Amino acid sequence: MTTPLLAVQNLAVTFDTAEGTVHAVKGIDFTVERGRTLGIVGESGSGKSVTSLAVMGLHRGATVTGSAQLDGTELIGAPDDHLRTLRGRKMAMVFQDALTALHPYFTVGDQIAEAYRSHFGGTRKAAHARAVDVLGDVGIPEPARRAREHPHQFSGGMRQRAMIALALSCEPDLIIADEPTTALDVTVQAQVLDLLTRLQRERGLGLVLITHDLGVIARAADDVLVMYGGSAVEQADAEALFTTPRHPYTRGLLDSLPRLDAAPDTALRAIPGTPPSLLAPPAGCAFHPRCPAYAATSDTRCTGERPPLRTVAGGHRSACIHDEVTA
Amino acid sequence: MIGYLLRRLAAMAATLLVVCALTFAVFYLFPADPAVQFCGKDCSTERIELVRQQLGLADPLIVQFWHYVTGIFAGQTLGTGQYAVQCGFPCFGYSFQSAQPVWDLMMDRLPTSISLALGAAALWLLLGVGTGVVSALRRGTRLDRTLMVGTIGVAALPVYFTAMILLYLVVTVAGLLPYPRYIAFTEHPGQWISNLILPWITLALLNAAIYARMTRNSVIETMAEPYVRTARAKGLRERRVVGKHGLRPALTPVVTMLGMDLGGLLAGALITESLFSLPGIGKLFADSLNKSDQPVVMGVTLLASFFIVSSNLVVDLLYAWIDPRARLA
Repeated sequence: MTTPLLAVQNLAVTFDTAEGTVHAVKGIDFTVERGRTLGIVGESGSGKSVTSLAVMGLHRGATVTGSAQLDGTELIGAPDDHLRTLRGRKMAMVFQDALTALHPYFTVGDQIAEAYRSHFGGTRKAAHARAVDVLGDVGIPEPARRAREHPHQFSGGMRQRAMIALALSCEPDLIIADEPTTALDVTVQAQVLDLLTRLQRERGLGLVLITHDLGVIARAADDVLVMYGGSAVEQADAEALFTTPRHPYTRGLLDSLPRLDAAPDTALRAIPGTPPSLLAPPAGCAFHPRCPAYAATSDTRCTGERPPLRTVAGGHRSACIHDEVTA
Repeated sequence: MIGYLLRRLAAMAATLLVVCALTFAVFYLFPADPAVQFCGKDCSTERIELVRQQLGLADPLIVQFWHYVTGIFAGQTLGTGQYAVQCGFPCFGYSFQSAQPVWDLMMDRLPTSISLALGAAALWLLLGVGTGVVSALRRGTRLDRTLMVGTIGVAALPVYFTAMILLYLVVTVAGLLPYPRYIAFTEHPGQWISNLILPWITLALLNAAIYARMTRNSVIETMAEPYVRTARAKGLRERRVVGKHGLRPALTPVVTMLGMDLGGLLAGALITESLFSLPGIGKLFADSLNKSDQPVVMGVTLLASFFIVSSNLVVDLLYAWIDPRARLA
């Protein structure tokens, strides 16, 4: 077996705050293969963005333990000088809101060219030509002219395309896209998502797609990791997850989606309660205060130890004690 | 851009006209009779009446104002008959005290004020921005805390206190420097500096403290911006991340504040100039005000307004040059 492009093992991230230690990510494992898309889904505070920043080495003020290997190279604990040579070059990030993630003072072309030159050197002219090329690749019309414009002169969708172009400019192996479509109109969302998945397939990239939107997962992901309260609660290929969700949280998420085949006037089913506090998380399974299975059984195992991920079917893992019962 | 500039210049002219009208009203309506001021002590009633005629004070106020404003650009003839004096462009009238043209008085004093302002600004920028940046980048460390406590201490020192202490220690006790007097840069650059160094420090310390705190906040805020994280995600060296992507936007508000402060300072640093007996615009203003020398007070007020209004314009243009988002206006 070849080494996976990205192998994350027992990754944990904590922040020391005035109110105490926040366990943002509590030991998760996943791998991303070349040419495949891993969707990480979860609500705000589930630890999905922190995970991606920790992999990139952009977690400032956090303590990261565990392992994340990019193509066999350990990233966690690596000196920043070394990480810097990988960032942008081997692994690149697409951030959520391109308006704030791109620098307001510099032209889009300059920002892309800067990334290219910092890794490959060469002349300004060559780097600028490269910037124009990638802007064209992501479907920006008149790329030579748009490269000389500033981010605020772009529309939201074009700006996100420029952000993707920036990530692509150094031909990385891995792209981490953190809520890449969240700030966009629905129609533009679909275009940007299709662009990302097309580029990913064409170039055989590993793509980590972080989102709270199951629609995005359904459209683009090959494998899915569901996060809740800083832990992975379910892991499966996308098809299995949507057809046979195992964890009560995943099922709650799927149930809360509006369905075209539902009877008219059917109320949407929200998951009751609120996401857990990371400062004082519930004991045992973080989901138990909101879980219908716990409500029905009051099982003491739910409030004891945090249940680990267990394989429940080929390649399908879930972290629910009731899995045998409720499956 | 040209249209914007023209609009701004028109607005500037309008502002100055309003300032002119207000000061004119204040100084020619309310205080002591200008004719008496001009004539001096022991003037007979007839003589005062003659002066009033010559100064045009018998005319309606609006006519006097018209003469004053047009006189600035076209010059005017003051007085009549054998006493007539041709006051050429730019005519701000004559001092009641010294009978010299107000314009000449101001231009005599201006180099002192400019030297004081520019030197002090350079010093406080260096000190303030430097301290602020270091503090922000070393946020939460002992160095940061020490520097910030220091700035509070310095900011609490009144200008006259700093000036007195400096004069006493450096000039009187140590005898390192002569008592400051103004020597033109063109005359002797070395002495220009050694004579101005104490006033510069006095004026710079207070501002340096304010600038340090402002710079620190601005840098901390900017370094948390998503675009700084993007710069890191691109794999740039930290020095470039800070220097290019962080500091440029962080220092934009500092540039704005510097523009405003410089505009005010060019119009005279009243207290500092008085403390060091430097013949600047501020000192001229204070002296003329004491002696009700109305033409000089008017002239200096207008000059000060001109500096403040134009520095505002320069700041706005500079802002547009630094931040492309501001270019839409």
